[in-house]
Amino acid sequence: MEDLRFEHSVRTRAGGARQSAIVGVVASGNLEVLVERVLPDAECTIEIRTAAVGFGEVWTAVIGDFVERYSPGGLRFSINDGGARPDTVSLRLAQAVRLITENGQ
Amino acid sequence: MTTPLKDVTPAERARSTSFYEASARTRLELLLDAGSFVEFIGPEQREVSPHLKIFDLPEQFDDGLVVGHGRLDDAPVFVAAQEGRFMGGAFGEVHGAKLIGLLRAARQIASMPVLILFDTGGVRLQEANAGELAIAEIMRAVMEARSAGVKVVGLIGGRSGCYGGGGLIAGCCSALAVSEPGRIAVSGPEVIETNRGVEEFDSRDRALVWRTMGGKHRRLLGAADVFADDNVQDFREAALELLGLIGPFALDSLKAEQERLADRLSRYGACLDAVDIWTAQGIAHAETVPELPADQFITLANRIGRTSRDAR
Repeated sequence: MEDLRFEHSVRTRAGGARQSAIVGVVASGNLEVLVERVLPDAECTIEIRTAAVGFGEVWTAVIGDFVERYSPGGLRFSINDGGARPDTVSLRLAQAVRLITENGQ
Repeated sequence: MTTPLKDVTPAERARSTSFYEASARTRLELLLDAGSFVEFIGPEQREVSPHLKIFDLPEQFDDGLVVGHGRLDDAPVFVAAQEGRFMGGAFGEVHGAKLIGLLRAARQIASMPVLILFDTGGVRLQEANAGELAIAEIMRAVMEARSAGVKVVGLIGGRSGCYGGGGLIAGCCSALAVSEPGRIAVSGPEVIETNRGVEEFDSRDRALVWRTMGGKHRRLLGAADVFADDNVQDFREAALELLGLIGPFALDSLKAEQERLADRLSRYGACLDAVDIWTAQGIAHAETVPELPADQFITLANRIGRTSRDAR
């Protein structure tokens, strides 16, 4: 297992009012993303526990692209990864943002 | 053009969603009245397995079990759903403790039924002792809840089926609904082949696996009370039907069940294959049962009758 942590400064706060959301499942080639609205509006953190060791550079690129595209201010992402491919990671992150920015509890 | 999602009613969404393919959370969302689910010990509490780290294995924030309460046709129910894709839905320490807690709460309240959405290969081998203990404690908790008047309904239609200790717990429930891909057994196909040889059971013979452990056979044998088509709405309707059917639980129901099982064994004990049993039950062209569409199978099963008597 490898632990990774990314902190980004972001332009805008993520919309919506939900406090947390979860997508995905921890299985081979898949991952779960738990997102919580717990940070100041201009901050975003992403914490990853992954079964695939040695892919820090790929994660850096995928997370950088995601933060740039969605500006998820105020959100803390926690990821349990079962060795998902980068496209699956991007998809789950996008799903998590979409879910927490929906209206609801 | 596709219909916008907001124009689809919850029932239509549940009808078009495969129970087999859906995640534990999606199953609960669509099974219960829309928006009624409230989770206990949600993923944000991070109550993960204390064992998996030792084996350098990834954890899941809910440890593969979603528990909570919600409403089914306006009536309050407790629910538990296993995520069959996380470690095969297997029972570990935290996973088990969440279900035990839910069942004990149900026993105390006594008036709220419990729905358990099984999707499990059995005990998680990495936490074997804790997992085995969890199975024993859950079985006790089910029986204690039932003794207090709680209806405990099992819904089985997930990719991991309901095996090992899960099969034992299912056997303790008040009633079960099963779909064709939902399998119920204790020892799985590979386990039987490993221990008894390929001549006893060929685990690669999928047709054999399905007609021995699959939902159709379990319904015809009376192990499951209702057969559901593989969609969440059908399981919702099955759960409602079963909650209306389940009678009181007492020593009499256990004795009646013992009698039913002894009778079943004397009738079908010598059969070598499920098809022989179906033929002995009076089903013409029994070999075609596996190919029957769900609606035709339900008609057939209802003609054979419901053999279960409250206890399993």
